[in-house]
Amino acid sequence: MNVLGFVLAIISSLLIPGIITITKAKMSGKKGPGVFQPLFDIARLIRKGNVYSTTTSVIFQIGPIIYFASVVVALLFVPFGQYKGLLSFDADFVFFAYLLGIGKFMMIISAMDTGSGFEGMGANREALYSMLVEPIFFILMGSLALLTHYSSFYDLFVHIHYDSYLTYLIAALGVYLLLQIAMVENSRLPIDDPKTHLELTMIHEVMVLDNSGFDMGLINLATGLKFALYGGLIANFIFPVEWSLYAQIVVFIMVNLLFAVAVGLMESFRARNKLAKNPKWILMLSSISLIVFLCVIEITQKLL
Amino acid sequence: MLLIIFQILLVLTTCVFFVSKRHMSNLVLLIQLGLAGITGYWSIDVLTHGTVFERELLINFWGSPLEIKVDSLSAFFILVLNFTLLTGSIYSKGYLKPYINEKNHAEFGLHYFSLAWLHISMLLVCMLRDGLAFLVVWEMMSVFSFLLVIFESEKKETVKAGINFLLQMHIGFVFIMAGFIYAYVQTGAAFSFDGLSVYFEEHHPLPLFLLFFVGFGIKAGFIPFHTWLPHAHPAAPSHISGIMSGVIIKMGIYGILRVLTYIHTDLLIIGIFILVVSVVTGLLGVMYAIVQHDLKKLLAYSSIENIGIIGIGIGIGLIGVAKDLPILAVLGFAGGILHVLNHSLFKSLLFYSAGSVYMRTHTRHLEHLGGLIKKMPKTAFLFLLGALAICGLPPFNGFISEFLIYSGLFKGLQTPSLQTNFIILGTAIGLTLIGGLALFCFTKVFSIVFLGTPRSGAPEKAKEVDGSMILPKILAGIMIVAIGVYPVFFVKMVGNVVGLYVRDISLIMQDTSYMSKISCSSLVFILLIAILWLIRRAQQKRVHIEHGPTWGCAYSGANPAVHQYTATSFANNYSELAPPIVKTGKYFESLKEEEIFPRPRSFKTKTGDMIEENMVEKPIRKIIKWMEKAAIFQTGNLQHYIMYAFMFMGLIFWLTIFNII
Repeated sequence: MNVLGFVLAIISSLLIPGIITITKAKMSGKKGPGVFQPLFDIARLIRKGNVYSTTTSVIFQIGPIIYFASVVVALLFVPFGQYKGLLSFDADFVFFAYLLGIGKFMMIISAMDTGSGFEGMGANREALYSMLVEPIFFILMGSLALLTHYSSFYDLFVHIHYDSYLTYLIAALGVYLLLQIAMVENSRLPIDDPKTHLELTMIHEVMVLDNSGFDMGLINLATGLKFALYGGLIANFIFPVEWSLYAQIVVFIMVNLLFAVAVGLMESFRARNKLAKNPKWILMLSSISLIVFLCVIEITQKLL
Repeated sequence: MLLIIFQILLVLTTCVFFVSKRHMSNLVLLIQLGLAGITGYWSIDVLTHGTVFERELLINFWGSPLEIKVDSLSAFFILVLNFTLLTGSIYSKGYLKPYINEKNHAEFGLHYFSLAWLHISMLLVCMLRDGLAFLVVWEMMSVFSFLLVIFESEKKETVKAGINFLLQMHIGFVFIMAGFIYAYVQTGAAFSFDGLSVYFEEHHPLPLFLLFFVGFGIKAGFIPFHTWLPHAHPAAPSHISGIMSGVIIKMGIYGILRVLTYIHTDLLIIGIFILVVSVVTGLLGVMYAIVQHDLKKLLAYSSIENIGIIGIGIGIGLIGVAKDLPILAVLGFAGGILHVLNHSLFKSLLFYSAGSVYMRTHTRHLEHLGGLIKKMPKTAFLFLLGALAICGLPPFNGFISEFLIYSGLFKGLQTPSLQTNFIILGTAIGLTLIGGLALFCFTKVFSIVFLGTPRSGAPEKAKEVDGSMILPKILAGIMIVAIGVYPVFFVKMVGNVVGLYVRDISLIMQDTSYMSKISCSSLVFILLIAILWLIRRAQQKRVHIEHGPTWGCAYSGANPAVHQYTATSFANNYSELAPPIVKTGKYFESLKEEEIFPRPRSFKTKTGDMIEENMVEKPIRKIIKWMEKAAIFQTGNLQHYIMYAFMFMGLIFWLTIFNII
């Protein structure tokens, strides 16, 4: 059954980019492409040839592969209802976070490998923001560990019980944080706008300017997978494990779809931050995660 | 028998002066192999059987035979330092080749003699328990490392850095000596480490511990005692930087750990103290590392950061012991101590690679490097391996020790104490920030040094270094991957050391079960990369591959090196956030209004170390200012000097009359 969760996550990862695009198109009054259009684009990319800059080295070629592999392996850690993830051990979320870290490391250096000023900009913004966003995830997980007295993804999510107002607050803030972490990790609004046309203000898109063909296909696939990663975590976070398997499947898919719609809506109705404001915005998220921690302290009745 | 060979080897080191310059490295390497073999054999024996090895050396020291004692802590450090000193010694052969003609026989001999004796004195530091003997070998270690640092003594800044190093080591020495003397005077027990245990049983341990912490902390490079590191590392030859960063600073950690084995009370306050100092050390270390332009200086700051991580492990271990949380204690100590080994591996690897870069390009300045991956692919990939490991990324060794600390932290959160919860949360935030900043730092270094196009003429002519300089890096690299992929063995080994602090180490064995799950996850990751690589290769064969210039927004004709990101620009968005901790000074001459045809100008940025500035340089400047005022007494007039002598005698006379002295 553990595999089922993985398969569902993969399926939703393939659909999420399409749903986001459709939502955004509908919101701006356009008809929009089909749900599968991003998939067709990826399939086309994977069949295409490559153009390599003469400045680049092997790093540029292995970077996307390691990035993609890191996201796929991270997905193996996401539990599914009452089933553990395919890989699960104590403090596995540390492995999860650091695994995503090695993916980022490789993407950053593969962008720098092109020797382009634009890609340097993207790479160093990515490095800065991912550094700032990391503590948020750890504070959130630490709070849950404090609340449940467990320390693996599976145990954390299984042992959360919603029984008071404060726990509902934790759930709401937790979902909000995971949503925003997903946005930062994928360089979406309000940190970065994938639709922007000016290299000087881009992050993710400018890092992959020189990638093409198979590599570009993998990078785009990884974007969907990363959304599914956090979508899966949110699904686990808010829904009780006691529900039957079929209900779990439906809920998992529904949450992922809603997650995609939510991303689409958020991207339709807000403007991107000024670049210089981004660090402050991410620090604001950290303070929200500290509120979660304080709530947990309050619940466990240590403070008063 | 082994003991006799050990002592014969000590005598053999003098032969270094009688062989030709070319063979000195081989001779020293042989002696070191012998030493490492013997001590390694003892250490492995101690670690596998959990016994304590005790022998008496033939040398008499102040009338009593000198006793060596190897317990699991010593054994662990002996193994770590043997490995790094051997790789350093292999590396030195290639690295010093260009100096053979420059340096005379005595200078070369002195260098290798010091290298051998550095090894010996470090081994003895780990093995001797007698206070006086310990202080003597500790001093020997400092003096020989000083001699090794000032190898290029014709450069003024090298000698300056060396003297700075020697002075600071002596300040540390005074603190350690004061610690021993204080304990001896207070208790009257033996003047040795074992004598300390008597003191710690009877007295409040914190004051004496602080003396030792400052003494050993100067060696280890805890902030604010770190100021020698960023000067000594760039000045020293690269194999010495690698050894210094890999193991010499770890001797400070050894000292602290050794003293801690005797302390059983007041551990909470000591633990919190070490933890706070370490988190600050870790954060500031890496924050300063990011803005450095000198490759080796950057690595030196990153060593400070890693000392912080080791300290975090020790600190939370102590808190775990004090609060009776065995899981926090075991995982904290295990993480910290394993990080000693891990850091010695990847930092020596990084310094050796930096040395190779320096050897081929003759510059350490980041803004002059670039594109070296095409000229020195092996060095580049080994550097990348070290960089990934030092960022604590899986599947490499740095991750294992950081993971142990993290899992200790998150399990420690399950305790009812609010105080511990806040400490742990603070530490976890600190550790994640350190991790993120390290990633920032090492993506910068790697991409500026090895990727893109060369930023000056220096890297253009570079070529790969010889095999003898690659071999030590590969050895360290193999260990890095081995610990990362198969951590169970190494965690068990460290478990024996942890047993000195925590009685119940069964938890660590329990922990190994998920260590094997980590290996499993790492293998899945590696396997997936391999599969994807094969698929990609098959796909690449079928499609059309083109090569062209990097997309440059229609400016691709310009010099690509100009278009590139530099080290400064990469760190810029960070250094805008970092004040007031990191202050970047900009030095330029502003354009005057009446200057119609501007002259060529220069622009320079410099990032100083605020702590060094405020805690070392400013007080010294103040002291010097006051000292200068005292110069009015120095008139140069003989009559005055005679008068001073009479005044002094008069003073003594009157003081005795009034029974004041």
